[in-house]
Order: sequence, then C-alpha cells, then structure tokens
Amino acid sequence: MFRALADPTRRAILDELQERSGQTLFELINRLVTRHGLSSTRQAVSQHLGVLEDAGLVRSRREGRYKFHDLDTAPLRAITDRWRIDPQEEDPCGSP
Amino acid sequence: MRITLTSVFVDDQEKALRFYTDVLGFVPKNDVPMGAHRWLTVVSPEQPDGVELVLEPDEHPAAQAYKQGLVADGIPYNSFAVADVRAEFDRLTGLGVRFTQPPTEMGPVTTAVLDDTCGNLLQIMAMAPPAS
Repeated sequence: MFRALADPTRRAILDELQERSGQTLFELINRLVTRHGLSSTRQAVSQHLGVLEDAGLVRSRREGRYKFHDLDTAPLRAITDRWRIDPQEEDPCGSP
Repeated sequence: MRITLTSVFVDDQEKALRFYTDVLGFVPKNDVPMGAHRWLTVVSPEQPDGVELVLEPDEHPAAQAYKQGLVADGIPYNSFAVADVRAEFDRLTGLGVRFTQPPTEMGPVTTAVLDDTCGNLLQIMAMAPPAS
C-alpha cells in the first residue's frame, strides 16, 4: 500500500475516484490530463490502476461490456491503527 | 476536398436508425438498399446539409473486436457537439439512455458518455462549462 501511495499519478487517480467512484479508464485518463496536467498513456494508467488494485485501494468491476473503477479507502485504516492520531487538544478558549 | 461523411459501426441498422433518430434526435438522410444491408445515413436537424453519419453494419469480425475493445475501456466511438451537456443528459436519461460518464468538466469542455445500444459509446460535448 505504501508503494502504491508513493506515486503522484496514483495519488491523483485516488483524488479523482474520491470525487466520483465508478469511472471508466477513458474518464480517468481525461481527468488526469485536464485537471492534473498528467498526460499519461492508456497503458501507464492501466498499470497504475493495477498497482492500486493490488494494494486494495481500487476495485474494478465489470458491468456488462463496461469496466468501472471504484475507490476503496478501507486499507488506509491500517495507517492510523498502527500510528494512532492523537485526539485533538481541547480548545483553550473554548471553556472558562 | 471536403469531409462529408463520418460513420459508426452498428450491430443492427434498423435499431440504430430508431435510436439515432427517435432518441438522439437526428433525421434520416439517405436510405438506399444495398443487398443484405442499407446505405443508411442521418444528419443533424440543425445542419441538414452538413456531415452525414453513416450507420454502417459491424458484421466484419475486426469491427466487432474494435468496438468491444473501445467499450471495455469506456472510449467513445464518436463525439457530437451539443449546446448544453447537462440538459441533454437530463433529456436522454429521461428517455432511458444509459450513461457511463455523467456530465463532467474536463478543462475547457464539458463532456458526457452514453451507450448507443448498438455496441458503441458516444461522447457529447460543449465547449464552455455550463453556468452553475
């Protein structure tokens, strides 16, 4: 998972899938080029999706003749389970 | 030299004629019997003398493999200009059309991708993003 997140293009793919889950490869490629200036080839984006799928962060499903890609953030929980985020400190001005 | 035709490979010419006219709103232009098939074209009612779209049989195995490969990756076969992508999306979904991509701003254009029921995806696009 950490290797999957280490690449900026793959992080951009997750950003776009967070905005709308269930995208075709075509939509993802267009979003990467028009919104992130990432003119990756179809093969490169396919490979990035494969890495994200292996990490469990993206799931692809076939629906009839189409293939859609969904975001799955569940594996990210492993990060905060391992390194807990401190509970937010109380606002010093919040109570008398 | 002029460009007068563009084409789309369809799995059934009669079904395609219905979808491209009744649903999308194009109008028939040429319909000439050609043995088992027809020389079948439609045009936009906004440009009756403009580019004709040929609804061409996809019988050749290579045409079918080509179509399947494009559809699997969500790639549209052809692209049409509309005034307002969201309005067309609402109108067409109301008619039961399946979209693989809802209206999305892609830089200077807004696009959406729909299924033509004849084995292809089609993109509709408008140059300026709609005011929202």
